[in-house]
Amino acid sequence: MLTKRIIPCLDIKNGRCVKGVQFESIRDAGDPVELAKWYARQGADELVFLDITATNEERKTFAALVRDIARHIDIPFTVGGGIGAVADVEVLLQNGADKVSINSAAIRNPGLVEELAKHFGSQCVTVAIDTRYTAATGWKVYARAGTVETAHATVDWARQVADLGAGEILLTSMNNDGTKAGFALDITGGIARAVSIPVIASGGAGTMQHFTDAFQQANADAALAASLFHFRELEIPDLKIYLKEQGIAVRI
Amino acid sequence: MNLVIVDYKAGNVQSVRFALERLGVQATLSSDFETIKAADKVIFPGVGEASSAMAQLKARNLDKLLPTLEQPFFGVCLGMQLLCRHSEEGDTDLLGIIPLEVERFRTELKVPHMGWNQLENMASPLFQSIQEQEYVYYVHSYYVPLSEYTIARTAYAEPFSAALQYKNFYAAQFHPEKSSAAGAQILKNFLAL
Repeated sequence: MLTKRIIPCLDIKNGRCVKGVQFESIRDAGDPVELAKWYARQGADELVFLDITATNEERKTFAALVRDIARHIDIPFTVGGGIGAVADVEVLLQNGADKVSINSAAIRNPGLVEELAKHFGSQCVTVAIDTRYTAATGWKVYARAGTVETAHATVDWARQVADLGAGEILLTSMNNDGTKAGFALDITGGIARAVSIPVIASGGAGTMQHFTDAFQQANADAALAASLFHFRELEIPDLKIYLKEQGIAVRI
Repeated sequence: MNLVIVDYKAGNVQSVRFALERLGVQATLSSDFETIKAADKVIFPGVGEASSAMAQLKARNLDKLLPTLEQPFFGVCLGMQLLCRHSEEGDTDLLGIIPLEVERFRTELKVPHMGWNQLENMASPLFQSIQEQEYVYYVHSYYVPLSEYTIARTAYAEPFSAALQYKNFYAAQFHPEKSSAAGAQILKNFLAL
């Protein structure tokens, strides 16, 4: 049985983990490779590394880091942040990334999704969508790290990128992100129904029950969290045992 | 051991190379006819789309060479599909080493089939020490149906070929290089063939 995936997300700045906290079993929790290896041992199904550095100069160090991660971990990982062109993706894949995640660049130029799918295959193209709900607008897509509202209705945009060849959607609800009140089940479920590619729920995880809800109610294929795991408020082995008890297929 | 990974610009060559490094084995990356022919064992990775991968092989004349190899050979993911006769993906003629067809998943389930799924009915030294129902990592939209060459199966909608063997040609649809300890064991088993 195909399992639901649990995905920790690591924010990287200048080659170091942001929000890295001290784990007794890790010498240096700011070292993305050390943290990645620890998560892999914990039973994470995949990892996402998001480069939040600002300049192109700093980005060069990210490619070297991707290579170092690929050398040391034996589960799949996705990298994202600042990807704007086919050449950017080529460098990351050549260094051993399994998938790339694109966000604002796809909004600027939807043709990029198609181009990447053609060049590298849909399986390595994740489109990240940041979305926010307001009563006036409904669910809208936001660009540039969630700072700029776009004209795209979220479900329509998800359908469009799926049609263009995206292999997966990483959906982050800005309303829920950081609240620990649960994932945005309505929009996650709406997108899971609208597209035939896998959907990763992101933003709002606070309890184990929230993961059950994302999988059972919203029919997400995977769920992503960051600080919840980093600060060890929730441990992946405990989460997986809990999900299994709830009748959800997980890899243990 | 002289181990060669076929490098034809359509593979996840680094991931496979790093996985072998973690087993303490240095592999050579090459698309050169003589280098590949002289190898003790050959690994043939692949990701992406079938027709462009075939074009890359043809550009290097590897479509002629690979079928003549006699040493243990391991096709991974698209590298497995390319060993077959024909793929629905881009209506592409493949290497034709294994007389099988590659089909697209037709299911209400999500496609690509992406994530960790279980191995069943394993029947090959390739799966030495691997437990029934062990999880391995998949990401693919096309698959090879069950056949007399199937040496392991996985179910997605219905059972399909998780791995194939025909003479010296072994192949896996999943990614051993990304399948944690189980994947490492399968690579180790291949190296021990």
